[in-house]
Amino acid sequence: MLKVENINVYYGAIHAIKGISFEVNDGEIVTLIGANGAGKSTTLQTISGLLHSATGSITFEGENIAGIPAHKLVGKGLAQVPEGRRVFLQMTVEENLEMGAYTRPGIEVEPRIQRVYELFPRMKERRKQVAGTLSGGEQQMLAMGRALMSNPKLMMLDEPSMGLAPILVEQIFDIIKELHKAGTTILLVEQNAQMALSVADRGYVLETGKIVTSGSGKELLSDESVKKAYLGG
Amino acid sequence: MVIFLSRLINGISLGSVYAIIALGYTMVYGIAKMLNFAHGDVIMVGAYVCFFAVANYSLPPLVGVLLAMVVCTVLGIVIERLAYKPLRQAPSLAVLITAIGVSYFLQNGAQLLWGSNNKMFPVFLNGDALSLMDGELRVSVATVVNVVACVAIMLVLSWFTGKTKMGKAMRACSEDKGAAQLMGINVDTTISMTFAIGSALAAVAGVLYMSSYPILVPTTGSMPGIKAFTAAVFGGIGSIPGALLGGLLLGVIEIFAGGYISTQLQNAIVFAVLIVVLLVKPSGLLGKQIREKV
Ligand SMILES: Nc1ncnc2c1ncn2[C@@H]1O[C@H](COP(=O)(O)OP(=O)(O)O)[C@@H](O)[C@H]1O
Ligand SMILES: [Mg+2]
Repeated sequence: MLKVENINVYYGAIHAIKGISFEVNDGEIVTLIGANGAGKSTTLQTISGLLHSATGSITFEGENIAGIPAHKLVGKGLAQVPEGRRVFLQMTVEENLEMGAYTRPGIEVEPRIQRVYELFPRMKERRKQVAGTLSGGEQQMLAMGRALMSNPKLMMLDEPSMGLAPILVEQIFDIIKELHKAGTTILLVEQNAQMALSVADRGYVLETGKIVTSGSGKELLSDESVKKAYLGG
Repeated sequence: MVIFLSRLINGISLGSVYAIIALGYTMVYGIAKMLNFAHGDVIMVGAYVCFFAVANYSLPPLVGVLLAMVVCTVLGIVIERLAYKPLRQAPSLAVLITAIGVSYFLQNGAQLLWGSNNKMFPVFLNGDALSLMDGELRVSVATVVNVVACVAIMLVLSWFTGKTKMGKAMRACSEDKGAAQLMGINVDTTISMTFAIGSALAAVAGVLYMSSYPILVPTTGSMPGIKAFTAAVFGGIGSIPGALLGGLLLGVIEIFAGGYISTQLQNAIVFAVLIVVLLVKPSGLLGKQIREKV
């Protein structure tokens, strides 16, 4: 479904991504783990078209999407739940969801909103509230619901567990599993390696802009160097 | 009492025009996070277009206004595309200096095209609409038109930003452009649209302003431009209700200051009030925390 080949991303003189390649197959949950500053968000933003790679290619469903502006990728079935949620704080929950379906025809919007409310009943209770009044966990749910509004084939999530209490992290991961079961392919970026590797089919470990290890979720969970660096022992 | 009321009415009338101009500053600031100092000069261009349409081609005033709106809309979009868009990632100081450059460019362009001599703007709106208190308090047609135009524009804009897809996309862009793009919103189109709306409103304001201050020269736009900019900051830049409140207050303060204190100190008083408000509340009356352009 998604194939990233040899991308290099720079912020001015800073070389943030140094020639990485990886792929996500249809129906998989793939995780990208790594410490703060490893380049995980930069990778997702490059796939989404918000940043551009100087080299290589990004193929989504057989089409090279490198260089296509971000706003044209949603319609192709690619959605991202960005780091730090980035919901529209001054807009209501419902308006946030409507924005998620911006590229869809008007008649599709209402049924999709209802589907998101089924998945997140909390959002239905809060639908007229501005997003700025929601708690961190609720904002994460809203950000996920908003991404689902475009009915993506591939959903990329950037640190969905960041800053959340353990119970909420469980909930968020349950929902990720549920979405996966319903047929969405998932690329999950996490610092919470334990959680991410336990739900993922495969994983890649990113260190200062390079992929240093890869394997199945189980393999990585028992890999000595991964254990030492990311699993606290 | 009659004098007080009539000054209040004049203040509201002038303030309505400032509010319409202030909307352009505030909407553009809200989305592009820049101060478009050339906005005042778009007013001037609108006034000239309407002037020529009516005075030289004897078109009906309403057609003149529509023509001015069309020309200013195109002008606003072109200015954004040519002068500001290439500077999207540039430091805000570079953008500010460019905007000042565009302002001078428009003024000098107008001088080149239309000369620097005064043109008397034709009077479309004369006479009184209302006569109150046994004819002692008169409300002119121009006043009624200013206030009605301002209220109508406010209502349409709040419907547009609150209910339409494009309007909501604008609000999304003003909060977070990156997230808006992830939703599939074309940020460039949205910014163009904002400049188009602001400039069309500037054209309307230009014609209304001319009905109170009918001397048209290439620098006509700078004073109302600066006043309306002040009004936008006063009310809280980025806030649409703030532009309305700031515009009305500024108009009333200006007329009262001129009437009760001194016409020479009028402008100094207006700006002094602004400074005091900003010292007490730096984000303006209805403003939220101002986020710097990143
Ligand atoms: N806007 C930026 N400007 C300059 N450098 C940046 C910017 N964003 C990230 N970086 C740098 O790029 C590297 C990768 O960052 P990022 O992708 O955010 O890492 P992660 O998401 O894994 O924490 C880091 O060294 C970071 O300092
Ligand atoms: Mg990150």
